[in-house]
Amino acid sequence: MAVTLKINGRDVVLDIPDDTPLLWAVRDELDLKGTKFGCGIGMCGACTVHVNGVAQRSCITPVASVADASITTIEGLNAEGEHPLQQAWIATQTPQCGYCQSGQIMQAASLLATNANPTDAEIDTAMGGNLCRCMAYTRIKKAIKMAASAGSLATNVGSEVAHG
Amino acid sequence: MDKQIDEATNSTTGQTQGVTRRGFMIGSVGASVAMAMVPAALLGGCAEEILNTQPFEPTVWYSIDPSGAISVKVTKAEMGQHVGTSLARIVAEELEADWSAVSIDYVDTDAKYGAYVTGGSWSVWTSFDQLSRAGAAGRVALIEEGARLLGVEPGQCVAENSQVVCGNKQISYADIVAKGQLSRTYTEEQLASLPLKAAKDRKLVGVDTLALDVPAKSQGTAIYGIDATYEGMVYAKPLLPPTRYGSSVQSVDDSRAKSVQGYQQSVVLDDPSNSVPGWVLVVADSYHAAQRAARVIDVKWQAGPTAAVQEADLIARADEQIASGEGALVLDDARIDAAFDAAEQVLEARYTTSTALHFQLEPVNAIGLQNDGKWELHTGAQWQSLSMPVYAKALGEPEENIVMRTHLLGGGFGRRLNGDYGVPALLAAKALGKPVKVVLSREDDSRFDSPRSPSVQHLRMALGTNSQVLGMQHAASAGWPTAELASFFLAEGTNGEKYDPFSINGADHWYDVGPHQVRAIMNDLAQQSFRPGWLRSVAPGWTNWASESFMDEAAHMSGVDPLVFRQGLLTAQGKNAGSAPNAVGGAKRMSNVLARAAAKAGWGKTLPEGQGMGIACTFGQERAMPTWTACVAQVTVDADSGAVSLNKLTIVIDAGSIVHPDGALAQTEGAALWGASLALHEGTEFVDGQVKDTNLNGYRPMRMGDVPELDIEFVESDQQPVGLGEPATTVVGPAIGNAIFAATGARVRHLPIRPDAVKQAISDAKLA
Repeated sequence: MAVTLKINGRDVVLDIPDDTPLLWAVRDELDLKGTKFGCGIGMCGACTVHVNGVAQRSCITPVASVADASITTIEGLNAEGEHPLQQAWIATQTPQCGYCQSGQIMQAASLLATNANPTDAEIDTAMGGNLCRCMAYTRIKKAIKMAASAGSLATNVGSEVAHG
Repeated sequence: MDKQIDEATNSTTGQTQGVTRRGFMIGSVGASVAMAMVPAALLGGCAEEILNTQPFEPTVWYSIDPSGAISVKVTKAEMGQHVGTSLARIVAEELEADWSAVSIDYVDTDAKYGAYVTGGSWSVWTSFDQLSRAGAAGRVALIEEGARLLGVEPGQCVAENSQVVCGNKQISYADIVAKGQLSRTYTEEQLASLPLKAAKDRKLVGVDTLALDVPAKSQGTAIYGIDATYEGMVYAKPLLPPTRYGSSVQSVDDSRAKSVQGYQQSVVLDDPSNSVPGWVLVVADSYHAAQRAARVIDVKWQAGPTAAVQEADLIARADEQIASGEGALVLDDARIDAAFDAAEQVLEARYTTSTALHFQLEPVNAIGLQNDGKWELHTGAQWQSLSMPVYAKALGEPEENIVMRTHLLGGGFGRRLNGDYGVPALLAAKALGKPVKVVLSREDDSRFDSPRSPSVQHLRMALGTNSQVLGMQHAASAGWPTAELASFFLAEGTNGEKYDPFSINGADHWYDVGPHQVRAIMNDLAQQSFRPGWLRSVAPGWTNWASESFMDEAAHMSGVDPLVFRQGLLTAQGKNAGSAPNAVGGAKRMSNVLARAAAKAGWGKTLPEGQGMGIACTFGQERAMPTWTACVAQVTVDADSGAVSLNKLTIVIDAGSIVHPDGALAQTEGAALWGASLALHEGTEFVDGQVKDTNLNGYRPMRMGDVPELDIEFVESDQQPVGLGEPATTVVGPAIGNAIFAATGARVRHLPIRPDAVKQAISDAKLA
């Protein structure tokens, strides 16, 4: 059956069951491989995407539930891959294996969109659902703070929302 | 272990081979110039011909093209350690290369690149000298050819930043490659005599840089094994049997799956390699369809003989083995009984650790396919050379007909040293005649992870007057990964019994304890019940837990400060004096890192009620390559609940020369938190022949909010670089246990440390 999705500003029609998790639609139907499969039960955060700008676990999100929403994946966060968070991730040399980092960045972007200057405790709370198995946590936190202090975030969040 | 590592890293087949004498060869390959370590036997031939046509094992291979671009071939798996950056920096340092012109090529398996293994914190340690000499040989050749092109004497020239500079003339490496005739060979003796830089003259090694793999990993464009696709491929999810070994499929009823959109068929695997006995693959157009179909397919198995095994059975078997006196004597001393006979006091303790999972975030997966008569496996792997013969056996094909395509690893930690997950993809591709991508669900991955075996250890120490240590005994029983998968690595004890060195490393510590006996035992029930895995450090994850907790208990019994007690035994005398090149200074360097960590942490200062500091040290993976590591943990214990908060970890490491300082720091941060996570958050158990916790609703690695303050320092050193991926993992657990004791007077002897156990220990301590 056909499901229409709006992903990274693009409308796509997919012939998949309604209850297909958004993760697999994104990865295997649309070949957007930046969103990762980790646990399949919404507890690792590697599959995090934005639904109307808010972080959501795509592995437990049936496509039918987001048919009218604007979905952003890591590929759509910033066309050049230069979102302030991505720049901060590189500056702090945060990724180790890197597998969780798309999800971490999407989660952090969602946090900063509503809280431009989060405290350590607020970061811990917001990021608590994102597992980093390499345990690069101190650098993830450092990068979030670096991006928050960079001040150019609003522009980038704006650009994401604009295509929604 | 030196010899064994050489054998493993030089072998393409996993078979034991001697160390090959090597020379170096430079010659044109296409428009580029290739530079490679080659077997000495080939040195008499024409460099061009050999570099272009001979299948050999260069172990180091890099090339420079006419634009000056330098490509370093890397056979190591990138799994978070930025290994390509480190290895390429070593080459570039001696080559005097312009770092911005250097790129890394993670090559597919090919006999000409030699052995593929990434583990044991070996990569830099085993490669440093060869890579340095390979770079130096290239530099010398470029200077000679550059001088010839400029019409000057080589002695008047130096190389810097990919240029050969001769007084006021200069020529770039690019132009030398484009215009020159680079062709020459070096014998092993010539290579050995090449001058290498003094540590103070290094410009790249030891200097921070941005790792080359980080941008793609920050932009979502990095391609892991699970992201690989192949035209015409189908997806498969396994249905796993009730036991790791010995189960057989009796029936498969897929009638309800037939209405699932995209479902194709189910395949019962017939596996001559016995890697995946009893597996059924559910094949579909998409992974999601395979998952949906799998939920409604009914498979009946005849369960294997270990279907009723519980964690307690594994522990009981280990206790029984230790009590029986069986096992291999790794260390022995004829004076051991006399030492205990003469003791004023004997300290004895038993330590245990639970089953632990790798839980690398990317579940294991692979694409198997046949292309142009050759079999291909697309996956992330840590020990391709060990897995290739397994795949050959599974397919009934010679190894030469199989190639492994290299991808990034979404975490390794030792899980992907065991390549069992490649077998179903190849078998399915063979059975179906089309490319098959097999992806394990998280639960599948956990169920048939090669977990860290549960362990039991008994330690005894003989103490004389004034608490002098007269002798020590250490017996450990656990599942042995090496016995199952890489038996060529087994060593022989003094009593002629074989043992897995990776499963007892750490017990052969650097303390001067007089006669020292170490006994290693393979837990046969563990071996039958699951496939024990190499998990980040392997044995030091349990041996250090026991020996460093025990040192603290001995210090307490002796009434001596735990730091002072340790330092008193780190005499650096006799066998603990150390030797060149890897362990210069011996136990003195351990004493030094302990002192430094203690000073940084404020060891001895008064802490509030309920808080404590604990100290521990480790030499990393093995005595042959000691990474001198000390840790002070500071904890707060809630006596009512037994809950432990980890406040701070202070870690000091002497790993010799550090190649990539920020990468070394990142590895140590991650390793230290792994240690804390294994100590306080992780751990599972076998229930009815299976691990109980298969996903994050039961298995709970550390999250951001659990992270303590970290203070990490590396000792400045120009000594031989050793390993950094693992050492900090194994020192943290005992430091935490010792801190809990300092805070409460209660001793915990089991990993992971759960609040109930702390509460019980506090209660026991009050009664004592």
